[in-house]
Amino acid sequence: MANWIPLWLHKLGSPPIFYRFAGTLRPWALGLALLLGAAALYGGLVLAPADYQQGDAYRIIFIHVPSAWMSLFIYGVMALASFIALVWRIKLAEVVAMESAPIGAAFTFVTLVTGSLWGKPMWGTWWTWDARLTSELVLLFLYLGVIGLYHAFEDRRQGARAAAFLAIVGIVNVPIVHFSVNWWNTLHQGSTVRILGPSKMSGDMLWPLLTMMLATKLYYIASLFGRVRADLLALESGKDWVRQIAEAEERR
Amino acid sequence: MSHFLAMGGYAAYVWPAYAVFFIVLVADYLAPGIRRRRQLRELRARLARQSARQQRNPTPSS
Repeated sequence: MANWIPLWLHKLGSPPIFYRFAGTLRPWALGLALLLGAAALYGGLVLAPADYQQGDAYRIIFIHVPSAWMSLFIYGVMALASFIALVWRIKLAEVVAMESAPIGAAFTFVTLVTGSLWGKPMWGTWWTWDARLTSELVLLFLYLGVIGLYHAFEDRRQGARAAAFLAIVGIVNVPIVHFSVNWWNTLHQGSTVRILGPSKMSGDMLWPLLTMMLATKLYYIASLFGRVRADLLALESGKDWVRQIAEAEERR
Repeated sequence: MSHFLAMGGYAAYVWPAYAVFFIVLVADYLAPGIRRRRQLRELRARLARQSARQQRNPTPSS
């Protein structure tokens, strides 16, 4: 390992230490996610006014857009962890990459379903082969491909390396999803929230949306840590620290 | 309250969307906990078998 990496980070990569670290952080992340999520839903469903064109149907935005952001964000994390796993062969990076895939797939699925439920009253159709919708569907298939490839190998670490490679190749789809509304003439509306420059949305609607984004990020941490913990136990089941946990849990 | 639930006539689209969001995330959150408990149970069973074998023949052949 290169010596510019701080010692604490190096230690955190060790499975028993990360297991404990994730165990303490997880309830806080979930609690904060639930708190922020509740606040965002109150702001979005109750306080925010109805849209002048879309009426109350636009309220799907408060879960649709954060889910869509997460579907791209988690793919980025998965691809980055895959890269680290392939280059430095760090076990924890492999686990993070492979356990991010189901969460990303869940958010992508939610994005597609909520989008469909929003599209029916607004566009008059559940589905159309438009650039944004199709590239998001490809994203779901990429996630499913990573999950499938990972489980197709007898040896888990070999499977993780093959799936990590697919995850890295699939990253080209992320900018395609993001810019599809600008590059092609699509039925899907353009971005309302912009990082650079003012957003095209009133503050009453913007704050619940951004709060929900934070909540889904924290939820991702909580869910990922739970998954990583379960995976570390399986990968290291022969080790002493896992044995101690198994015995300690029996006494309870 | 019923005005809120009606969602301006879009209740049939808004509420199912929220239901899908919560059902998927709850399932996603609970899945690893079940997996973790199963793994630990299996490990304990394996350890129990191991110690039983050791009691039967205190000098392991391996």
